Amino acid sequence: MTLYAVIFYLLAIIILVATVLAITRRVLVHSVVYLIVSFLATGLLFYLLGAPFLAALEVIIYAGAIMVLFLFIVMTLVVEERQQKGLESFWRWIPAIVLGVISFFVAGVLIFEAPGSRETLPTGMATPAAFGQFIFKNYWFPVEIASFLLLIGLVGTLYLGRQKPKEAGNQPEDKT
Amino acid sequence: MIVPYGNVLLLAVILFLLGAVCALTRRNLLMILIGVEIMLNAAGLAFVGASLKWRLLDGQAFVLFIFAVAASEVAVGLALIVYSQHRTGSVNADHYNLMKG
Repeated sequence: MTLYAVIFYLLAIIILVATVLAITRRVLVHSVVYLIVSFLATGLLFYLLGAPFLAALEVIIYAGAIMVLFLFIVMTLVVEERQQKGLESFWRWIPAIVLGVISFFVAGVLIFEAPGSRETLPTGMATPAAFGQFIFKNYWFPVEIASFLLLIGLVGTLYLGRQKPKEAGNQPEDKT
Repeated sequence: MIVPYGNVLLLAVILFLLGAVCALTRRNLLMILIGVEIMLNAAGLAFVGASLKWRLLDGQAFVLFIFAVAASEVAVGLALIVYSQHRTGSVNADHYNLMKG
């Protein structure tokens, strides 16, 4: 087992434990903080798998922007505490857990029966310069579409977050 | 030499299922959105592993687009949640039953 493999398994354990903790917390702030740990470890894993630019983007966008946005909203909204009985919540989890276990086993069989899945990955590194040249040479049109998508997201967010959403009944003779 | 390719895919599958379980079982709208984020992240992990295995940069390019989609999705989703909370006073998915569904 090489040093890289040790780092991989360590990061995998950190990611899985942090994610499991994140999705089971009752307090939303705790869950967001655990998720930041999980995304930081995923960024390190991207670096290990030879994508330094994407590792930086993962830390900036996921662990930085998205999770801080979540944190702001969690602190802004008043989240009501809801006590639910243990049995009810247990039966609520049952279908999801059964489906999850079944798809996990199917995916495991598919992965380990596939040709080449046991080959060890070589180390490699795509420098940010090479990645940028590749993406603007081969994928310039999807990049434009992605920028349009971000613009539409911005406009939609501004539209939804207006100061006072008008009620339907409050504008009687506006249309004449 | 890092690890077998199957291990990377297995990690991505486990992460994806954790995100799916989170999105299916939690009743808080914010937790549902967090589950979707976890699933997108797991898909990106699988793409990066495949990109390293076949020595092609296309996988990493797709992860870039996944990031763009995730960012805009979370912005619009959070704006929707804030808007609905102003309208109905709740972020619990069980309370959105105006249409008696």
